[in-house]
Amino acid sequence: MGFPDRIERIVEIANPPAKVWKALTTAEGLAGWFGNEAVIDLRPGGAARVAWAGGQSVDLRVERVEEPTVFGFTWHIYGLPEEDPRRTYVEFTLEPVGVGTRLTVVESGFAQLPEEAHKSAYDSHTEGWASELGELVAFVDAA
Amino acid sequence: MPPDVEAIAEQVFVALADPSRRSILAALASGGPATATDLAGRLPITRQAIAKHLALLTEAGLVTAEPGERRRVRYRLRSAPMQVAQQFLAALARDWDGQLDALREHLSR
Repeated sequence: MGFPDRIERIVEIANPPAKVWKALTTAEGLAGWFGNEAVIDLRPGGAARVAWAGGQSVDLRVERVEEPTVFGFTWHIYGLPEEDPRRTYVEFTLEPVGVGTRLTVVESGFAQLPEEAHKSAYDSHTEGWASELGELVAFVDAA
Repeated sequence: MPPDVEAIAEQVFVALADPSRRSILAALASGGPATATDLAGRLPITRQAIAKHLALLTEAGLVTAEPGERRRVRYRLRSAPMQVAQQFLAALARDWDGQLDALREHLSR
């Protein structure tokens, strides 16, 4: 099946790194393409939030700030319960190419295993047996 | 040996590929823990088939049998494997292509 742990994209942008950097790391920039509103405390460990017109929002934690080449943050895995501690790490790398920028985005950590999944797999043998015995009993009872 | 995420996600998708198993999981999700007999009363599936599906779902770790006496054993949904499958779907739904198009468009304005 191939469980993707890492997503990677490289795009060429016709604007210089300084301009791309602003779009990625300032509230005005992020509100221009990522969401409709944004706030960001641009330093490792700083908090950021991007919100959309529909009322949805996402919280980011800034991890790497190396102007104007590397910007990294972590965020919650979309679709998992709020209290789930797992996060993916997103890193943007900006590289000047002529007058433009080669932008690489890598998001990694999709294949982390939740604690509970480990536990369940260890248990599943016992549970499997319990259920097989239950099935046998049900079968005998039904006969 | 801890299982890998791929094996767990695969079990979820295999379980969900069958309409009877989907309806059993949906019944447990919406109505809470139930015995095989309860489920047979609510779904158009024979009790025997339900027992077979519950055994497979238990083996996959998608439901868990609550301790109880014989025919009163109640099965409940386990969310951990579902969350692993959600991670897989999250990766597919990430849509960086759309986001990066939006970034380019923003910068070209």
